[in-house]
This record gives sequence, C-alpha cells and structure tokens, in this order.
Amino acid sequence: MSCLEEIEKTFERIEESDLNTFITLNKEGAIEQAEMIDREGDGEGRLRGVPVAIKDAITTKGIVTTCASHILEDYIPPYNAHVIECLLSEGAIIVGKTNMDEFSMGTSTETSYFGPTLNPHDRTRVPGGSSGGSAAAVAAGEVPLALGSDTGGSIRCPASFCGVVGLKTTYGLVSRYGLIAYANSLEQIGPIARTVPGVARLLDVISKPDARDSTQLGSEGGYLDNLTPTIEGLRIGVPAEFFGEGVDPAVSKAVWDMIHTAEAEGAAYTEISMPSVEYSLAAYYIIAMSEASSNLARFDGMRYGLRLEDTGNWHDTFSMIRAEGFGEEVKRRILLGTYALSAGYYGKYYLKALKVRRMIKEEFDRALKDFDLLFSPTMPFTAFKLGEKVNDPLSLYLADINTVAVNLAGLPSISIPAGYSEGLPIGLQIIGRYFEEQRIMNAAYALLGDVEDE
Amino acid sequence: MLNVHESDVDVMIGLECHVQLNKLNTKLFCGCSSDYQNDPPNTHTCPVCLGLPGALPVINRKAVECGIKVALALNCTIQEETLFYRKNYYYPDLPRGFQISQYDFPLATGGIVHLEGEKGREIRINRVHIEEDPGRLVHKGAIEQAKYTMVDYNRSGMPLLEIVTEPDLKSPQEARQFLNKIRNILEYLDVFDGNLEGSLRVDANLSIEGGQRTEVKNISSYKGAERALLFELTRQKNILRRGKKVVQETRHFDEARGITISLRTKEVEHDYRYFPEPDLVVMRVGGWVREIERSLPELPDAKLDRFLREYGVSPVHAKVLTSNIHLANFFEGVASMIDPAFCTRWIADILKGELNYRGVGVERIAQPDFIDLMKLLEEDKITDHGAIEVIRTILDHGGDVGEIVREKGLLKAEIDETEIAVNAVIEEFKGAVDDYRSGKREALNFLVGQVMKKTRGRADPDHANKLLIGRIED
Repeated sequence: MSCLEEIEKTFERIEESDLNTFITLNKEGAIEQAEMIDREGDGEGRLRGVPVAIKDAITTKGIVTTCASHILEDYIPPYNAHVIECLLSEGAIIVGKTNMDEFSMGTSTETSYFGPTLNPHDRTRVPGGSSGGSAAAVAAGEVPLALGSDTGGSIRCPASFCGVVGLKTTYGLVSRYGLIAYANSLEQIGPIARTVPGVARLLDVISKPDARDSTQLGSEGGYLDNLTPTIEGLRIGVPAEFFGEGVDPAVSKAVWDMIHTAEAEGAAYTEISMPSVEYSLAAYYIIAMSEASSNLARFDGMRYGLRLEDTGNWHDTFSMIRAEGFGEEVKRRILLGTYALSAGYYGKYYLKALKVRRMIKEEFDRALKDFDLLFSPTMPFTAFKLGEKVNDPLSLYLADINTVAVNLAGLPSISIPAGYSEGLPIGLQIIGRYFEEQRIMNAAYALLGDVEDE
Repeated sequence: MLNVHESDVDVMIGLECHVQLNKLNTKLFCGCSSDYQNDPPNTHTCPVCLGLPGALPVINRKAVECGIKVALALNCTIQEETLFYRKNYYYPDLPRGFQISQYDFPLATGGIVHLEGEKGREIRINRVHIEEDPGRLVHKGAIEQAKYTMVDYNRSGMPLLEIVTEPDLKSPQEARQFLNKIRNILEYLDVFDGNLEGSLRVDANLSIEGGQRTEVKNISSYKGAERALLFELTRQKNILRRGKKVVQETRHFDEARGITISLRTKEVEHDYRYFPEPDLVVMRVGGWVREIERSLPELPDAKLDRFLREYGVSPVHAKVLTSNIHLANFFEGVASMIDPAFCTRWIADILKGELNYRGVGVERIAQPDFIDLMKLLEEDKITDHGAIEVIRTILDHGGDVGEIVREKGLLKAEIDETEIAVNAVIEEFKGAVDDYRSGKREALNFLVGQVMKKTRGRADPDHANKLLIGRIED
C-alpha cells in the first residue's frame, strides 16, 4: 500500500468515527506529505509515513492549536514544538490535533470547548483525560501513535480508561518547548500506543535534547533497540496507599493478578507503605493551580486568540475576553491558584505544598532504593459515565490520587492494560527510577507481550 | 523660598536604578538581537519574547556574567545560588502577564559605592538583580488625547539590572552624583551604553526628618533624577512648614513639567504573587565568580589612584580624566607619546571643556590626530591659540590636523624665515635701531612689529624679540 493510500484510509477511519477524537484535522498537509514520501520512494526516517495524532496542547506551525479552549479557537501558531520538529524530521505524518480537557485541566475530556470525546469501549463513558482524544484515537484504531501530555495523570488516565499504553516520562526527558503550559514543573509530553514497542518507538524520536528547554536533559534514544521483555529478578514494591478506600475491588484484583503474573515470571514483590502519598492530591492541586494562574495570564486577546469589541480601556477588555474565553474549570483553577499565591497565603499553601512535594519525592527515593519498580492501579476505577462527575470537581480531583504523586516526584511511569471489568479496561501503573524508562518498558513488555501488531 | 541646596533638614534618599545591559548581542531569554534602536517596531521578536503559548525562556549566560561583573564592581557579595521569580501583573506591554525577575535569592547583595568628592562618602547597595524589560507603549499623540496606543515588543526581554541602594543619599545632588558614578562603572565594564534611549530608569524614595517616604517613579535621566528629587524635597519641606505630615505614596515624575504628581494617595501595595519561575533552573555560580573577578578591568577608583601615582597629575585632573572610560583611555594613549604633565592640561582642561560645551564624547577626535597636535605644541610649531582652533575645527567639522593647520596657516614661521626678516628690518629701519641703542626700549616693539609684518604673522614674537636684541647688541 502506498503511503498516500494509508493516509487516506486513516482519514476515512477518523471521519467515520463518532468519538470526537480530533479538534482539527491536518488533511491537506498530511496528504501532501504522504505524496512526497511516495514520490521519494525509499528514504530515511524512523517514523517515515507513520500517522501520528497530536494532543492539541502541543504547538504546530500553521495548524490551529486550541488547547480545547474558546480563547484559542482560531489561534494558528507560527512555530513548531520541539517534539513536532522531531516527528517531522523522522518522516512522521501529523494527521491532526486531538481533543482534550481545556488547557489540560480535567480527568475526562469533558471540559473541552469542543464537546467531550467518547470512550471507544462504551460510548456513554468518558475516555479519561486530559489527553482523552489521543488515547481514544489510538484505542479505536484511528491512528497507531499519538502524543499526549501528563501533568497529573493526563496520559496514564486516558490510557487506562481506553485500554492502551501511555508513558509519562521522567521530568526532563522530553522538551516542553511548544507545549502550552498548564503546570510547568509537573508536566511532560509522552507517547501513547497500543503496544509497548509503539511507545518505545515514539519515545526514541521525541526525547532528543533541546537547548530551548532549560529543564530538559533528553536522551540518546535506543529504547526500541534495547526493548527486551525483562521481569525476572526484579524487586517490585506495592505501596498499600495506592490501593486505598476509593479503589474499585475489581481494579485491585486485576492489578494484583498482574503482580502475581510478574511473580510467576521471576519477580519478587513486597507490600510497602508510603504514608506521605496521602497528601499528594492537596499538594498537587495547589502547585498546579498556582502555576496555571500565572501561565494563563498571557491569554488576554491582545496579540492572538479571542477578540471582542474593545471597551475603551485595556483592563476591561482583558477581563471581558477572559470571562468569555475560558471555561468553568479553567476559571476555577485560575482563581484558586491566584488565591494560593496571594500575599498572606503563599506560605500557608504554596510553600507548604512544596514541602510536601519534597517529602513525597524523598519517600519515592527511599522506596526505589529497595525496589526496582512500584506497581499500582493507574486509576482507582474504570471509565465513568459522561456527565457523572463533571459537576462535582472534588470527586474528579480525587480520581487522580494514584497518578499525581508521580508527577510531584518527577518520576517516569507507564500505564498498561491489565484486563477488563464489565467490558471496561483497567490500567496497571508501573513507576520506576529517574530516567529508567527502559526498565519500565521492558517490564511492561514482559507483562503485555505483543498484544497487537501495528 | 527655601534654599533646597542647603541641607537644612535631614534627607534620606534611596534609589532603585534599572539599567539596560544594552551591549549584549541578544536578549535575556531568547536569541533576538538587542540592537533594535534604529529598527521598525516589532521586528526583533520571537515566540519567547512575545510570550507565545508554549515558548520557554533560556537564560543568556552572558547577561549573568555581566550582572556578576557589575555586582563585583559595586563590591557586592555574589550569592552561591540564585533564582528567577515570576512577578505577576497585567499590562499590555507585558506579553506573558508576568515579568521574569528576581525576588528571594537575588544575584548579589550588600555592596558599597564610593561617591567621589572631598568626603568620598560610602553609599550602601542593598541588592543587584537581573530581570527582563517589558515592551514599550507608544501613544498616538499626547497620552491624554490619544485615540489608541500601540505596543512595540522590540524592547521586550531586554536584560535589565536592578541596583537598589540603602537610603544613604543625603541630597538630590548626591543622587545625581551616585547615578553618574554607576554609569561610569558600567561603562568601564563595557556592559552599558548610557547614551541610548531608555538605558536608565530610576525609582527614588525620599523622606525628610524621619517622616514618611514617598516613592517617585518614571525618572529616566540623570538630570531628571536631580530635578525630580529637588521638587519632591521642596514639596515635602513645604508640607512640614505648614505643620502637616507627609503621606506615604507613589508619585509620578512629569519630566516635561519638572514636577511630581500623586498616583495613588493610599499606598495600595500591588500583590505581585511572586513565585519561582518553573521554566528556569537554579543558577549555581560557584567558581565562575572567581573567574569573572579575575577578568574585571581596572575600575574608576583604582584608575584614579593610579593616575595620581603614575602620571603625577593633580587630584582634580585625575578625577576629570577617569570620569569616563573613553576619556581615560584617550589620555593614556596620548600620555604614552607625550609628556603627561604637558598633555594633562590639554586633555582635562581644554579638550574636556570643548567636549562638554558641545555635549559630545572624546571619540569625536582621533587619538593619533591629537598626538600630532601635541607634538606641534611641544616642538613649538603652533601657538596655544592655534591648537585650540584645530581642536574646535575637528570637533565641529572633522578633518585631520595637518590639513587644518595648512589650510588655516596656523604653523609658526620657520626659524630661517624669521632671521631673514630680522636682518632685513635692521637694514631698513636704521633710525629705530639707533633709537633702541640709545635707550628707547619701545623702539624694539616697533621692530618686532615689522618682523611680524614681513613674516605675515607666522614668526613667534618672543623668538623675533630675542633675535633682534642679539643682532643689535652684537
């Protein structure tokens, strides 16, 4: 099959889909790219001709990038994110921009200005979030590979809900240059695929060093070449706090089944306790919202984005545009973050959250001295119903209990399918040491095998 | 009217100086060229300095190096670890809705600057930190009537150094003196060009008799600082004289009118919600500081001492010569070829006077040209008056010394020409020669006049005088 035929098929699948996985399609650009690849025949490029979907929080030159917000509805960036440059230089084809929670703020993709994405396993349920469009598109077979971003679980949660593999990398492995920031100190761009090799392949391409992100180290890649199923002899820690009261017994059981499988294949597990994890949600939301309140200050409609009729003074015009342009959840987080950073509250909230963050990090460091990997459920439950939690922000925040601690610590972790409960996928989270993505992926590969060829 | 020049009250002034490190090639957090002064608006911008979504700042190492240089020159302690913070506020010239600045853990703290002058007072420096400049608002017409305002982001992201003093300055004059000293130090370090527009901005705090302080913002020149503070000092004195109290407030300096205007009477402290910039990492300067310290050039105070020692110039001359790095270098270049005692007067008094009169820098005159001129003087080939004319001509119109001297006929007559003229005059005016011999001294003046006439003024009168006396008394 020619590259063009394959790309046309991809768009057929996407256009026939009722899942609302994409906000913007890059059909013209993708077809042009495919035609060029066909004309050139054989060529270099580790992702040559491979269609890739991009979370709409990642800047793409010339392709509308909305962050699922009304305020950026018509924003066309004049530059590419580092990861996009990497993909293009390896011949990948950008098929479009996937749906997400507005500015990555959510766990269900329901806060998108462009309507929710549906879970391919059950169209009455959410795909998880915030990278719901990316995970659902991969799960539904619309594309083989997608990029998401993970601030507090935004790759792993939808991977878990949609039954695919999603990797949140070590903070500093992938350049954030061009990722529209929600909470800079927590987030990473990462790969989503149906298989572990798919994830490794994409990670090889996007983890190149980039001088434009001071917090990034990058890697030399080689993840796919070095991918070998390895679980024997590994010491696995199972923190009790990740199996706390909100966790669905069916989810617990599925994860324990995986732990026993690992044991059967030669790994040894130990139940451990990580008491400070209990405080991770509070610390996470204070830090994330504080950073968000500052990051989102730039959206004032003056240089780009939503523009309303001028009021005669800039102060009122900015207010009107922000009132109109941001959704409820975004406004809630900006307000809470502004409050947390205000004089008189800074020490009480923000600084305290940083202390908790340090405690959590130290606790993970200790645990990962004794153990090679930590296993837990990714999400405490399977995909919930559309509309079920969207008006109850607190219960939604609680759903992130097992993922946010990892972001606070800056560690890598993967979510892989671990069976089903009532037809809905369950996710296993595997956490590893800093920059040990290879070990994590090797273990995941051993447990998952080649579930499906791309 | 109170005489504000006399320190009849106890005055405390503290300054917050923002100086643009405008001799770096690029901005503080991106690769945009910083040489935008003569270019159209919004032509020196990129995703980073426009604050586009997703763009990230990367610290310009050179800017930190310059900051450290300045801090060392101000005798500050460089902090081992230094951090950038976000200062959050909305303004149309601020594309991210926050300014990347420093807060806790600034680059340097606790310095000293010596004011020149008889007392050589010490002014304490509280801190030195690095921050970015916002863009610039351009109003269509006067600010009150402008229909709309435009924003130019060329300046956005330019590196600024904020230098904060303790309230140690005792008068507006001293404040100006301090600013001149800072400018001089920065120019010695080659990190700053004080002539560029917007290169210096000052906020000043002033209080008298231990009362409440007022903050004066929007000062953008050295002279402006003195004027703003003089106005503010007079205003506060008048309040006290009427038996009232000064209220703590922020005032805006209107440079055109030379007055300060109240901005908000109740001090509404802006809540900038400072927090550490997550996109930048902690800077650990470590051994780098020692390295930079070793590379520091000689600074004004040290140069002044050396000039006193090495060239034997007077304290007044040493001060003038070291008040500007270009003048100091010019002097040393000339003094390597010409007797320092001789050229000092010509540079520190005459040339400096001509430069000040024109408001231009010493780069207007080429060093080799000036050396040529000094040689002519040393060899007695040109009169003082002629040399001054050469200097003025070069400053006003340019040109080289040789040409100017030739065109204007400024060379003194050659010796033999004077001799011929003397001989001829003695032959021609025998009567006058006899008069002189018989004791009529004034006859000599007549004879010198005749020599000058014959040489069309090129003879040196003293020389002609000596020759005449020698010949007549033979």
